[in-house]
Amino acid sequence: MKRFGDFTAVDGIDVEVRPGEAFGFLGPNGAGKSSTMRMIACVSPRSGGELSVLGDDPDVNGPRVRARLGVVPQQDNLDTELTVRENLFVYGRYFGLSKRHVREKAEELLDFAQLTDRADHQVEPLSGGMKRRLTIARSLVNDPELLLLDEPTTGLDPQARHLLWDRLFRLKQQGVTLIVTTHYMDEAEQLCDRLVVMDGGKIAAEGSPAELIAKYSTREVLELRFAPGQQHAALPSVQGLADRIEELPDRLLLYTADGEAALAAAHQRGVMPVASLVRRSSLEDVFLRLTGRTLVD
Amino acid sequence: MTVTVNPVAARSTGRVVGSVRASLLVVEGLWMWYRRNWRATVFSSVVTPILFLLSLGLGLGTQIRAGAVPGGSTYIAFLAPALLVSAAVQNAAMDSTYPILSAFKWQKTFWGIVSTPVTPGQILGGRFLWLAARLLFSGVAFMVVAAFFGGVQGPSVIVSLLVSVLAGLAFAAPIVAFAATIENEGQQFNLLFRFVVMPMTLFAGTFFPVSQLPVFVQPLAWITPLWHGTELSRGAAFGTLEVLPALGHLAYLLVWVVVGLVLARKYFRVRLTV
Ligand SMILES: Nc1ncnc2c1ncn2[C@@H]1O[C@H](COP(=O)(O)OP(=O)(O)OP(=O)(O)O)[C@@H](O)[C@H]1O
Ligand SMILES: [Mg+2]
Repeated sequence: MKRFGDFTAVDGIDVEVRPGEAFGFLGPNGAGKSSTMRMIACVSPRSGGELSVLGDDPDVNGPRVRARLGVVPQQDNLDTELTVRENLFVYGRYFGLSKRHVREKAEELLDFAQLTDRADHQVEPLSGGMKRRLTIARSLVNDPELLLLDEPTTGLDPQARHLLWDRLFRLKQQGVTLIVTTHYMDEAEQLCDRLVVMDGGKIAAEGSPAELIAKYSTREVLELRFAPGQQHAALPSVQGLADRIEELPDRLLLYTADGEAALAAAHQRGVMPVASLVRRSSLEDVFLRLTGRTLVD
Repeated sequence: MTVTVNPVAARSTGRVVGSVRASLLVVEGLWMWYRRNWRATVFSSVVTPILFLLSLGLGLGTQIRAGAVPGGSTYIAFLAPALLVSAAVQNAAMDSTYPILSAFKWQKTFWGIVSTPVTPGQILGGRFLWLAARLLFSGVAFMVVAAFFGGVQGPSVIVSLLVSVLAGLAFAAPIVAFAATIENEGQQFNLLFRFVVMPMTLFAGTFFPVSQLPVFVQPLAWITPLWHGTELSRGAAFGTLEVLPALGHLAYLLVWVVVGLVLARKYFRVRLTV
């Protein structure tokens, strides 16, 4: 549990992350994901409840746990007046690593972050995505056993994202435990063995991506696109065609086992969307269901 | 709430280092920046005080009657050990305001460090060791130049140097504590420089003895760490220090250091472990 004054940011969540697992926290802005991550990172004392990280209580053995963690915070906190290489070096030294070891490690991480050609440049003028890559590389300097990634790929180009995913897969194979937050549902589906959806500081759902989709969504989704604003007028005509209907600013989402059948029925009722699409349910739909306002059940 | 994150097979290379070592690692990080950027700071920390010394000590000094200066020395000899302390206090103030606030607020580098095994208190310790080293270095550079122009009396200059570092730390400690509490853009620092540092530099005994001030203003000079540092430094240079007053000045400066550090440590911890 985490309180800031009277405000409860994280309220009674209950999770267990297993060794070697990739675990995700999803949830809308302000759900309490980062607050939770900071507690696990042993930088934010919890206001109540129990927390055990790598078998230790952060309140008692914070530094000892942190020595074994890698942390990618949501907001970069690089030393922008140092060079790329110096950032890795200085940070590695805080983990008690020898100069020689960090120097070698820095080379490897520069390569991973594809920043070798910028190694001796100051961090300040780097692009946002390059800084992000450096922050991620920095988190690996101590070969962490548990890696905490708070929206790691925000700001990364597709190539860098895939590179990171690949690296994370390999780390997982080596037995590193991953805890990730993200707003990219495809990323969560790719990366996470298990995840929870948080909302308002509480857990709304828990399970593997497939389990969550099976439990909280239908097999297929029919998307009916309209000119922005027009979707609301069409809403009454499609009532009853699906198990559930979600209204977005430019479209209606009809959750049903058979999307094509629902589309035919909609046409029959004279609904004329600009475009339509039948697709399989994804984690995005689960997210909308759990954290949005569902209109019809 | 129960959250359990279990241990794994992989072994991390990271480990916890002792407090002193951790503080030295913080110094190492600061040094890494400094060795490439020292030119940017050397003007304000070393060159400016030397210009003051030459302008006032040599220039204005020619206009000062022999014997008008207490102890009957030359003006530059009177000025140098005091300007040394004054420069240390000003440098300490500069290093303890925006750089600290920035590490909390803009760059957020302190948050980067506390996610390693290093603790807020160790960061503070490192910043202080670093400040002491910088003050000592600037002081030595200043005194070497001063020696060329007759500003150094003898080996007691070493005492003056140590005193200047202590006075700088005494002034810096509470300012660091204050900086750690600031949430806005740090406008308060301008007030600090304008209404504390600047008058203190002019009136706390650097250029003329405090006894020349109107009686009701003198207590204001007495509360500044600068005045106590100046008394010690100049007293050491001229061999006029008496034991009891010297101990008093030292104790006063130490109280500022200790109280400032205790507060700073508290505010560092409060701010970095929300
Ligand atoms: N230091 C703080 N002081 C006061 N309130 C805070 C603090 N940090 C977070 N909060 C509040 O706690 C709630 C949860 O914030 P948190 O950053 O954990 O959300 P999040 O799930 O990470 O959101 P996002 O997706 O936007 O990153 C928010 O309402 C936020 O305003
Ligand atoms: Mg967040």
